[in-house]
Amino acid sequence: MKYKGWFMRAAAFLPLALMTFLLSGCADVVVLNPKGEIAKHQLDLIYITTGLCLIIIVPVLILTFWIAWKYRAKSKKKEAYQPEWDHSTKLEAVWWGIPILIILLIAIVTVQYSYKLEPSKALASDEKPITIQVVALDWKWLFLYPEQGIATVNYVQFPEKVPVQFQLTADAPMNSFWIPQLGGQIYTMSGMAMKLHLIADEPGDYFGTGANFSGEYFGKMTFNAKATSRADFDKWVQDVKQSYPAMSQEGYNELAQPATSLVRSFSAFPNGMFDNIVNKYVVAGQSGHHHGGDAASSNEGADVADGQAGHDMSEMDMSEMDMSDAGDSGAAHQH
Amino acid sequence: MKITKLSDFFVTGDPLIYGADVAIGLTMVAIVVALTAFKRWGWLWREWLTTVDHKRIGIMYVIASLLMLFRGGVDALLMRTQLALPDSMEFLKPDHYNDIFTTHGVIMILFMAMPLMFGLFNLTVPLQIGARDVAFPLLNSLSFWLFFMGAMLFNVSFVIGGSPEAGWLAYPPLSEKMFSPGVGQDFYIWGIQISGIGSLMTGINFIVTILKMRAPGMKLMKMPMFTWSVLSSCLTIILAFPILTVTLALLFIDRYFGAHFFTLDMGGNPMMYINLIWMWGHPEVYIVVLPAFGIFSEIVATFSKKRLFGYGSMVFALMSISIFSFFTWAHHFFTMGSGANVNAFFAVTTMIIAIPTGVKIFNWLFTMYKGKITFELPMLWTMAFIPCFIVGGMTGVMLSVAPADFQFHNSYFLIAHFHQVLIGGVVFGYFAGLYYWWPKVFGFKLNEKLGRWAFWLWNIGFYVCFMPQYVLGLMGMTRRVSSYSWDTGWWSWNFVSTIGGFLMGIGFLFQVWQILHSIKFMERVKGDPWGGRTLEWSIPSPAPFYNFTITPKVEGRDDWWRRKELAAQGVQDPPPKYEPIHMPKNSGTPIVMSVFWFILGFGFVFDWLWLIVPGAIGIAATMLYHSFNYDTDYYVTAEEVRKTEAKAGRVV
Repeated sequence: MKYKGWFMRAAAFLPLALMTFLLSGCADVVVLNPKGEIAKHQLDLIYITTGLCLIIIVPVLILTFWIAWKYRAKSKKKEAYQPEWDHSTKLEAVWWGIPILIILLIAIVTVQYSYKLEPSKALASDEKPITIQVVALDWKWLFLYPEQGIATVNYVQFPEKVPVQFQLTADAPMNSFWIPQLGGQIYTMSGMAMKLHLIADEPGDYFGTGANFSGEYFGKMTFNAKATSRADFDKWVQDVKQSYPAMSQEGYNELAQPATSLVRSFSAFPNGMFDNIVNKYVVAGQSGHHHGGDAASSNEGADVADGQAGHDMSEMDMSEMDMSDAGDSGAAHQH
Repeated sequence: MKITKLSDFFVTGDPLIYGADVAIGLTMVAIVVALTAFKRWGWLWREWLTTVDHKRIGIMYVIASLLMLFRGGVDALLMRTQLALPDSMEFLKPDHYNDIFTTHGVIMILFMAMPLMFGLFNLTVPLQIGARDVAFPLLNSLSFWLFFMGAMLFNVSFVIGGSPEAGWLAYPPLSEKMFSPGVGQDFYIWGIQISGIGSLMTGINFIVTILKMRAPGMKLMKMPMFTWSVLSSCLTIILAFPILTVTLALLFIDRYFGAHFFTLDMGGNPMMYINLIWMWGHPEVYIVVLPAFGIFSEIVATFSKKRLFGYGSMVFALMSISIFSFFTWAHHFFTMGSGANVNAFFAVTTMIIAIPTGVKIFNWLFTMYKGKITFELPMLWTMAFIPCFIVGGMTGVMLSVAPADFQFHNSYFLIAHFHQVLIGGVVFGYFAGLYYWWPKVFGFKLNEKLGRWAFWLWNIGFYVCFMPQYVLGLMGMTRRVSSYSWDTGWWSWNFVSTIGGFLMGIGFLFQVWQILHSIKFMERVKGDPWGGRTLEWSIPSPAPFYNFTITPKVEGRDDWWRRKELAAQGVQDPPPKYEPIHMPKNSGTPIVMSVFWFILGFGFVFDWLWLIVPGAIGIAATMLYHSFNYDTDYYVTAEEVRKTEAKAGRVV
C-alpha cells in the first residue's frame, strides 16, 4: 500500500505515469526477486537461457538494421547490387550451424534443470519437511496442516528454511498454485494429488496466486504465503488451535460452494479430509489419477518423511499404477 | 433449453449489450434498406453470394475477417480499459470480463486470423501458379459459407443466450455442464465445429490445387515461396483440424448426452481434453504463421529487387516446421506434473523449431543484402516484423525451457509472448500481404501516407502495449484476472499497456480511413505496380474472371521477372492465340446448405428438436440436390475471350 499516494497523484496527472515505472522498483518484480532455493535456481536458469539467446539475437537485430540501411535504394553511395545472387552453401551452413549450436546448449541446460527442479522431488535439507495440503476451491484456497491438525483459507504460513511439501488437489475446476518468490507453479486438479516442494530462505510475506482460470471469481484467488521463524510458526499454530473453531465436514461442504472467501482459520479438520477430497470423484474399482513424475524415483528415501504415506506415489509410473490398482475397490492410493 | 421468458433468450441487464443490440439492429436495417433502394439484391445474389470465383471468395473472406478484427479488437480494448482500473473499480464485472477474453481469443484466432489467411490463399494462390481457379470451386464457396455461418453462430451468443466464458480453449471441467450450464459453451462448440469443417475442406482444396493445377513447367521447386507456405500450412490443417473436430465432438457428447469423457466424476479425465486440444492448438499457430512467412518471402524479394536467398533452405524450413509443430503440444502444460522425462522431451522439441525459423530470418536478411531496397507499405510491415518476431521468438525459447516455464506459465509473460508472435508475425504478415496484393485484387493502390500513419501507430502501440506485459508477468500477474489491488504494483504497467492498446486501435481506424480514402481518390494501377517477380503480376489488375487468357508456360523461378528481362532484351512474346476457357458455374448450394448448418447448430445450442430436424434435413437435401446436378461448368469461347480482352483494351 505504500505507493498508493504516488498512484493517486499519477492517475490524476497522466505524464507522471511514466515516473511510477521507475519508482515501482525491483521488489515488486517477484520472479526476479526470489526468496527460496527453487525460485533462485529457476531465476539462474532464466538468466542462463536469456543470455544464450541474446548471443544470437543481438547481432541479428543489429544486422537487420544495418542491411536495411546500407542497401536502401535511396542510398547516395552506390552499393553493390547483385540481383541474381541467391545461394551460398557456406553462408547457409553458418546460419543453420549457429542456431543449432545455441539450441543444443539451451537444450542441455534445460534437460539438466528439468531433473534437478522436478517439483515432486523432495528438497535436501537437515530440517524435517513440513507437509501442507492444498485444495483449490471455487474461488478460494484451503490449506490443511495434517501434522499440526489445523486449517486455513486464503493464507498459508510455514517456517523459514524448512522444506515444505505441498500436496495439491482441487475440488473445483483445475487451477494452478503459484508463489513466485518461492518457486514455479503446479496445476491443482481434482481426483489427483500433486506434489510441489518449496522452501523459503528468509522470513517474509510472499504473494501467492491461482494461475489457471477456474471461473467467475478466479481473479480473487490470491493469498499471502508467510514464512516465519520456527518459534513464530509454532506460536501461530497454538494461536489457531486455541482461538478458532474446528471445521466440520458440513463446514467444508459449505466452504466448497462457489463463492469468494475472506481469510479464515480452523483449529481442526476431519481426519483424512484431503484423501476424501482426492477420492471423491474416483469410481469404485478404478484408480485415481496420479501425477508423481517419473523423475522423482530418485527420492524414495526423502519421501519417508511424508505426513501421510498414502500420498507417496513418487515411484509410481502411470501405466503400472493403473494395472496394480484395478480391483482395489475405491482406493486411490497404492501405499 | 426451456425458454420461459425473454431474458432466457436475449442477453439482458448490461447497457453495453443494449447498445450493441441497437447498433446491430440499425446496421441490419441500413443494409436491407440500401440493397432495396439501389435494387442490388439480384446483383448481390448473382455476383457474390453464389460466386465460386476464388478472387471474389477471397474478397469476402477478407471483409468478414476485418469485421471480426474489429469485434475482437473492441473486446481487447474493453479488457484493457478494465485492467487500467485497479481495485474495486468495475468497468466490467468479472463474468462479463470472462465472456470477453473468451470471445476475444476465439475470434482473433479462428474467425479473424484463419479467414484472413484463407482470403489471402484465395486471392493469390491460383494466380501465382497460373491456374483458372482452385481445384474444387464449389467446395471453396462452401468452405467460405460454413466459416461465415460458424462465425455468425458464435457471434450471436453475444446478444442471444450468452457468451461462452471458459477461455478460448474451453478447458473442462470448467466448460462442462456442471460448471458452465448456459448455452455459451454450446455456441462455442457449434460455431467452431461448423467453421472447422470449412477450414478442413479449404486445406484439402488448396493442397489439390497446388499439387495438380500448376501451370505447365512449374515444377514444385519452381513454385513461389508463398505457394510453398500455403502447401505446408494446408498439410498441417488436414492433420490438425480432425483432432479439433473430434475433441469438440467429445465435449459436445459430454454436454448434450451426459457422457463423461472429460468430467470430474464417473471416470472422466479433463487432462485428456487438454492434451487433445493442444495437439490441434499448437499446430494451429503454425498454420497461421507459415503463410505469413511465405508473404514476407515474396515481399522481401520484390522490394529488394533480388532473388529470394536460400530457396531450398526456405522450403526445408517450412516443411520441417509443419512436421515439428505436431511434437510440441505438451509445452502448453509443463506444469501439469507429467514428470521430468516428458517435460524435457517437449522442451527440446519446442526449441528445435527455433532453428528453421531462425534460418528463415537469415535468408530474408541476405535477400536484402546487396539488393536495392525500397520501403513501400508491404516492405515497411515486413521490416517491422523481423525485429518483433526475433524478440518474440526469443521469449518463446525462454518459455520452452520447462523448469523456467513454471515461473512464466499463465502469467502475462506468456500473454506478451504469444501476442508478440501472433501480432508481430501473423497480423503484420497478413497486413503486409494485404497491402502487397491489394492493387492486384482491386486495381488500385492504398494511400501511402495514411498507411504510414497506421503503420507507426500500430507499431508504437504494439510495443507500448505488450512490453509492459512481460514485466507484469515477472511481477506475478496472471492472465484472465479482471481486477487487482493497488499494493501489487501492477497498475502503472497496466495503464501504459492500455495506452498502447488504444494506439493500435487508432492505427486500425487509420487503416479504415486509408481504405475509404483510397476508394474515393482511386489511383488506378496496371498489372505490375511493384515490379513483381511471380505470375500473378503478369496479368491485369484486377484479374479477369478467367485469370489467364492463355495458360503461361513456366521456365524458372520468378518466371514473370525472367520474362520481363527477356522483354527488355527485345525478345517478344508471340501474339496470343485464344482458346476456349473451361469455367465453373456459380451455385446457390453452398450458401443454402450453410444456412441449414446454422439452423442445425442453433437448434443444438438450445436443444430445440424442431430446429435440429429441419436443419439436418436441409443439409441432406442440398447435398443430394448437388449430387444430381450435372450442370456445373461451361466454356468461355475463344471469341468471347477476344472480345473481353479487346474491351479492356488489352488486345495486341
